Amino acid sequence: MSTIASSDAALTSELLDKYEAVIGIECHVELKTVSKMFCGCPNAFGGEPNTKVCPVCLALPGSLPVPNARAIEHMIRSGLAFGATIPAHSKFDRKNYFYPDMPKNYQISQYDMPLTVGGVVGYWLEDGSRGECRLTRIHLEEDTGKSTHASADGRLAGATSSLIDFNRAGVPLMECVGEPDLRSADEAVGFLETLARTFRELGVSDVKMEEGSLRCDANVSVRLRGAAEYGTKAEIKNMNSFRSVRRAIESEIARQIHVVESGGRVIQETRGWDETAGVTHSQRSKEEAHDYRYFPDPDLVPIDVTSDVVERVRATLPETPFARYVRYVDDYGLDSKRATQLVDDHVLAAWFDRAVAASGGKAQAVVAFVLGDLARLANESGTHLGDGKVTPEALAELVALTSSNAINSKAAKQVLEALWVDGGSAKAIVEREGLAQVSDRGAIAAIVDEILATNPSVVADYKAGKLNVMGFLTGQVMKASRGRANPTLAQELLKGKLGG
Amino acid sequence: MDPIHDSARAIARDVNARAVSAAEIAETLIPRAARVDAELGAYRELTPELMRAQARRVDQRIADGDRLALAGVPVAIKDNMCLIGTHTTAGSKILEGFTAPYTATAVQRLLDAGALPIGKTNLDEFAMGSSGENSAFEKTKNPYDLERVPGGSSAGSAASVAGYAATVSLGSDTGGSIREPAAFCNVVGFKPTYGRVSRYGLIAFASSLDQIGPFARSVEDAALTYDTIAGKDPLDATSIDRAVEATADGLRDDLRGVRVGLVKEFALDALDAATRACYESAYADLERLGAELVDVTLPTAEYGLATYYLIAPAECSSNLARFDGVRYGLRVDGADVGEMYERTRAAGFGPEVKRRILIGTYALSSGYYDAYYLKAQKARTRIGEDFARAFERCDVIASPAASSPAFRFNAKSDPVTMYLMDYYTIPGSLAGLPSLSIPCGSVVPEDGTRAMPLGLQLTSPLFTERALLGVAHAYERATLHAEKLALPEICTT
Amino acid sequence: MPTDRIDIRHVARLARLALTDAEIATFAPQLGSLMTHVDALAELDTERVPATAQVVPSRNVQRDDVLRPETILSREAALANAPQAQGAYFRVPRIIAEEG
Ligand SMILES: [Mg+2]
Ligand SMILES: [Zn+2]
Repeated sequence: MSTIASSDAALTSELLDKYEAVIGIECHVELKTVSKMFCGCPNAFGGEPNTKVCPVCLALPGSLPVPNARAIEHMIRSGLAFGATIPAHSKFDRKNYFYPDMPKNYQISQYDMPLTVGGVVGYWLEDGSRGECRLTRIHLEEDTGKSTHASADGRLAGATSSLIDFNRAGVPLMECVGEPDLRSADEAVGFLETLARTFRELGVSDVKMEEGSLRCDANVSVRLRGAAEYGTKAEIKNMNSFRSVRRAIESEIARQIHVVESGGRVIQETRGWDETAGVTHSQRSKEEAHDYRYFPDPDLVPIDVTSDVVERVRATLPETPFARYVRYVDDYGLDSKRATQLVDDHVLAAWFDRAVAASGGKAQAVVAFVLGDLARLANESGTHLGDGKVTPEALAELVALTSSNAINSKAAKQVLEALWVDGGSAKAIVEREGLAQVSDRGAIAAIVDEILATNPSVVADYKAGKLNVMGFLTGQVMKASRGRANPTLAQELLKGKLGG
Repeated sequence: MDPIHDSARAIARDVNARAVSAAEIAETLIPRAARVDAELGAYRELTPELMRAQARRVDQRIADGDRLALAGVPVAIKDNMCLIGTHTTAGSKILEGFTAPYTATAVQRLLDAGALPIGKTNLDEFAMGSSGENSAFEKTKNPYDLERVPGGSSAGSAASVAGYAATVSLGSDTGGSIREPAAFCNVVGFKPTYGRVSRYGLIAFASSLDQIGPFARSVEDAALTYDTIAGKDPLDATSIDRAVEATADGLRDDLRGVRVGLVKEFALDALDAATRACYESAYADLERLGAELVDVTLPTAEYGLATYYLIAPAECSSNLARFDGVRYGLRVDGADVGEMYERTRAAGFGPEVKRRILIGTYALSSGYYDAYYLKAQKARTRIGEDFARAFERCDVIASPAASSPAFRFNAKSDPVTMYLMDYYTIPGSLAGLPSLSIPCGSVVPEDGTRAMPLGLQLTSPLFTERALLGVAHAYERATLHAEKLALPEICTT
Repeated sequence: MPTDRIDIRHVARLARLALTDAEIATFAPQLGSLMTHVDALAELDTERVPATAQVVPSRNVQRDDVLRPETILSREAALANAPQAQGAYFRVPRIIAEEG
């Protein structure tokens, strides 16, 4: 353990109260398209190295880029989902720096005229609290290839050479730049999770962090709580999972508080996150490395986005995950956990919405089935509810049958199982299987008499004070009625006859 | 039938009529080109096998009933254009050994039209130069005087056509690289409107200025070649999606009703007396053919050079970043990748390329962008506006293509003096205008004994290639300057 | 002075060009004199003049999101020009961590 990591643990809640962290997130998200950003090579993860390359994405002499229209539309979609402004004019610029996995030694990106400007990401945390983080911009650029390092542990340090695969070079990438509105690692993760959910819902990205399709950097600073000025920030790079985002930010906040507490000054620098050691470490590069010499790419022409295009895209926007979450919690009264569970599976959520609508708004009853028995049935059969035979309308019918006491909960389970296997209507199954609940006092009394007569020793036990045999007797009544007896009525009659 | 001296139009006509086969033409030109090349150093590489294979394909297509615009026409390709399977060096050591795995659109269009590729021609490294002396490889000589430069940067493309080692050729023009060598070598060199011809497969020097165009021994052949290569290419986002008017059938024989502008700022006072007299008589010829001469002004033309020498190097500094020893070309090893880059680029680039990379990097660097790059982009707008205003008064602007005939090797050692060679060609390049150089006579330089050719530059508004070539054709047919100059023996036999 | 107005070493480093002392001695005055020539631009009025990035105005040139399998290079073709390859990869000397 390094000293910083151990001092991390020593950070008292008193110190944490004294300081406030200020965090801004920048993340790169690979867009979901068929082809790459500027050429006709496949945009697909993995594959044999250097087999998804052409003269353009290998930057062979003389090749030229032509932008992918779908990637540009994905940008507009993404911006609109967060209420961003889509400027009428945009363009591509070259960001010049040398790196071996970047074939042209410049990245086609956007400098002063990004495709989307502003916008707000509403997000929520596990505990149900909510926040907002403004976006500065989202711009479109291209990804680099991948290098692997010929060292014992596959890392950069100690490698004698590196091997490069350009399959990923030229994959469309959007860079989302957030304002420094976040105040904790939890908020940062909540923000990122909502971003990821939204991009998936929009269909603009698969956001598979394990495949590197979302990568983030965080600008972190600390200041005395209540201070007006920001502290000096450090930029943390190389975080490739939500877990490492949380750990890296927490560790960096602790480091900075320690620096300040011990009379030092935080310096503005880039710090890398070391997943194994659990610390950030300084990665200061030579000063001139940051002179990117941006200029408009003369190989590409400007982009004009008309209001017609904006409105056409806007008309196809789905409800955002945050809006859906708010609706479930505020309008339907679901708890945060269940709302999150639904929002995280948009097929399930859409199914749920249909069932709620068909049920006339009985969200609580519907969610109990959807996340209860139906989830279990889907899980047991290794399928998804959306692919099964149960329709949301059939579930709504079932909800109506249970809430009117037409069937009991045990029968409801049976109906669900039948629906799962055969589909069809809940009512039809109830009729076919004869599952309607019996609430006829005379009919149930006859069964009760019969049960009491055939179980004299149990009756004796009860009378001797063993009241817990009531459960057994009720069960016998239910069994004799093939589960159809109204259980409340059965118990009431048993008690009456036993004189309890 | 003489495949060496015939025009492209005559060759295509005969091959289409099956009066001669493309294979016979190839077999005539292959030894011819090798013999001339030994003298002129026009080619980086001859491609006899490709030429023969293409000739077989062309003969087959003709046999199948196709009629091809350039059937059997021998063409030379500037070595900054990719042709699959050929070495493509851009005249630089940094690309020595690089074999293109794809073909440039303009080259492909020539092949599709039945042209036969003779070889790749020498050039100033990465097309940066005005004399042809900046090639990292052989020294291309002017066919009219082997002691003199052919002009640059499309040195070999001009020399090969002038020396009858190709019928037509492709060059590229960024600030004058087609027009200037055409003037020095007594051939027609035509730079179309920026965006008319696809740049896909042309190794970029300055993307916003580079344009491919033909060299030919007649306006008619230049027009035929241009008509074949022009037009929108989906692989080049800057190629213009606008109908191309065929120019080859719009050639005219008089200049009645044409207003020819003479630019006040391009006054001839600074030129040598004989050169000046040559241009004055060229202007008089235009008038004699029915043109009305009008005075026009391009007040910002004097800023052309400064503007160009910021924009072109800036773009080049970025375009040439890809030559880094990772994926192709030269590598000089180093302890780490950064050292490898620095050594590779130090060893691979010649001094002119390094100078321009340095200027361009500086002009784009933090703190200087607004004062240099952005300022130049704005100056460029004003230069374009000046031309637009001038073209309200005239249809075509006439000027010298270069301020002197071809000079001796190593005559201009100072870069800025060399840059001044492009004084007349650069403003039109910055405005993206179609412009050509056409032979307009000759003078015997003070330091020489042989008559050396001069070129008249004609420039017209955007997309008026048809009108421009029409005017050039009328002038050419009435004056026949190209034919009046005797070639050195090697080139005529 | 025009000759030393450009920090050539810094610019060369940005451009990843190793220059010899002799080259620096040659280039410095040459670049200085070119920049002096370029200085004339300052007197040109460009107030309220838009910058020309492209001479022929055109907009929204894009391609449909489709594969062009005919343009894809085989791995052999992709690696054929590589100064150094190892298996399926391009090989370079070790990378000193820098910006990415
Ligand atoms: Mg970025
Ligand atoms: Zn590609």
